[in-house]
Amino acid sequence: MAISYDEVEVGTELPAQSFPVTRDTLVRYAGASGDFNPIHWNEKFALEVGLPDVIAHGMFTMAEAIRVVTDWVGDPAAVVEYGVRFTRPVPVPNDGVGAVIEVSGKVAKLLDDRKVQVDLLATTGGQKVLGMSKAVVRLA
Amino acid sequence: MALDPSFIGRTYPPTEPYEVGREKIREFAVAVGDQNPAYNDPEAAKALGHPDVIAPPTFPFVITYRAAAQVVEDPELGLDFSRVVHGDQKFAYTRPVRAGDRLSVTVTIDNIKSLAGNDVLTVRGEVTDATGEHVVTSVMTLVARAADEAGE
Repeated sequence: MAISYDEVEVGTELPAQSFPVTRDTLVRYAGASGDFNPIHWNEKFALEVGLPDVIAHGMFTMAEAIRVVTDWVGDPAAVVEYGVRFTRPVPVPNDGVGAVIEVSGKVAKLLDDRKVQVDLLATTGGQKVLGMSKAVVRLA
Repeated sequence: MALDPSFIGRTYPPTEPYEVGREKIREFAVAVGDQNPAYNDPEAAKALGHPDVIAPPTFPFVITYRAAAQVVEDPELGLDFSRVVHGDQKFAYTRPVRAGDRLSVTVTIDNIKSLAGNDVLTVRGEVTDATGEHVVTSVMTLVARAADEAGE
């Protein structure tokens, strides 16, 4: 059920999740989002512009990271602010396995009006891919 | 060449309304692997107090990114889009985007600065519904990497 403001404190951890991403995922996301930049699906193009491989859309990574919050609170409308910095790309090799984005989050601040700030940590292969990744969430 | 800072504060005309469809939201939710019923089941969304299915928190970028094309493709500004990367992204929501919304975006250039030869452009999109009520503000930073010598 809905998470109550009274049940959380600074340091409360949200259930961490792992999100797999393959080339197939990126093609679907390109279609759904309308971002058809070839660095997200064309390996030859990605290498030519100096990337290590095809990379995931930053907005895809941002979409996965907030799921740790929306799955926790239930109603996605509880998210009143959400921001990230794209610090490092997520390379997605064409090996049938792809990459995994690991996301954890914890309550960093208690705010007024039954809101909390959740700080998110997103990594792939042990390296941080989002910086300053924060959401303000209104709890029950 | 650095971008002209006199463009700071420039606001572009509101975009034509984008009509948000249930199937588009469903497609987006599937693409990000998110099975939250608020995105695909109107009854589940209503149980949470929403009039129809709502969109995931990053969905508004679909609309604001399209609107930002006015800036990116403004010939007077002269941004080299082949060198642009998305630096950061923020959303501040008054309410979630929902099916049936007709959304317009008013885009403003909030800042232009030069950092280590890179042009850093802050673009804000104010998203409003058909009644003019605010839905979400999107603020994105676009970084145009400095041209290397071979590219000049």
